[in-house]
Amino acid sequence: MVEFALPRNSKIGTGKTFKAPAGTKRVREFKIYRWNPDDGQNPRLDTFEIDMDRCGPMVLDALIKIKNEIDPSLTFRRSCREGICGSCAMNIDGGNTLACLKPIEDVKGAIKIHPLPHMPVVKDLIPDLTQAYAQLHSVQPWLQADTAPPPDGERLQSKEERAKLDGLWECILCFCCSTSCPSYWWNGDRYLGPAALLQAYRWIADSRDEKTGERLDALEDPFKLYRCHTIMNCTDTCPKNLNPAKAIGEIKQLIAERAM
Amino acid sequence: MSDTSRSPRVDMRRSPLGRARGLGAAHSGSATWWAHTLSSIALVPLTLWFICGMVRMVGASRDDVVAWLSRPLPLVLMLVLLLMTFHHMKLGLETVVEDYIHQPVARLTMLLSIKAVTLLLGLACIVSVLRIGL
Repeated sequence: MVEFALPRNSKIGTGKTFKAPAGTKRVREFKIYRWNPDDGQNPRLDTFEIDMDRCGPMVLDALIKIKNEIDPSLTFRRSCREGICGSCAMNIDGGNTLACLKPIEDVKGAIKIHPLPHMPVVKDLIPDLTQAYAQLHSVQPWLQADTAPPPDGERLQSKEERAKLDGLWECILCFCCSTSCPSYWWNGDRYLGPAALLQAYRWIADSRDEKTGERLDALEDPFKLYRCHTIMNCTDTCPKNLNPAKAIGEIKQLIAERAM
Repeated sequence: MSDTSRSPRVDMRRSPLGRARGLGAAHSGSATWWAHTLSSIALVPLTLWFICGMVRMVGASRDDVVAWLSRPLPLVLMLVLLLMTFHHMKLGLETVVEDYIHQPVARLTMLLSIKAVTLLLGLACIVSVLRIGL
């Protein structure tokens, strides 16, 4: 049966509070999920009061400030700080997004930050994405063609063919979508999830790829594909404003079409 | 599928890709999805028709209702409504069990029960309507 409550050793307790220096005028409160695999303790929510006059505008700026100036043990992934690497995906104010693209002023009240939901946690805000990467690998997200490429150049596409990849190639694999999907929460071991399925469709839609049939065959499964119940959390949460739900719908439609 | 196989902390020697591929694709699910979608679309006009029909029958005698249901069109629509309702109900309930029940024995028992109960209820309704209408 699906577990609707957290196991006892995952229940989140109240953690430490780090007060802002006296005399700070613009204070914002950050409540951040902390869990250390080495100390045997339950997870906790630490509270950090940040002086906004000395902090950049994005949630990632605040996290870096906390790590640099208050608590160097705070653990999170980040790299490009401009929404292109997908490293700093986390749950902010109840929604999955990239910390580097989320303005602090968009959040009312305390800014609550948790790791991406329903994934094993490595430490603090770092989820274990091994399974999600393996699922991506399983859809073979690379060009496959029996026809050899032209000896004197690249495989060509018309402008119309290339346009079909818009809204797909921009995915940065942050897995905000998959980890926002209740179907993925309950059946993530068998359902591929919106991120992997969007990538699968990106190659199905590619005019240069010649394995469309095999790709559809590999997806035609009650769990790998059809656990999508069009809940649309994926599209709602995507920090790049892509539409994984539409890509999944297109796959379903192609599988239906080839049987008619 | 046992509960332990669902834990990422168990069976770690098997590669993540091996686990992601699992038992491979069943090459089914499309027909179920199509039936679920089509039956939900069909049920919109059919249910509206049924509600309108029942509202018009308020205060009617039993003979009026029997006479109405004996006409070919209402009888056929009523049978289609019942088929669609119970088929849609079966698919919907099965989806709920597939989504949420992971213990293998409970899962199989509930899936088979849903098939049996919806089949029996559907047939009972269809036989009742046919006995009135024919």
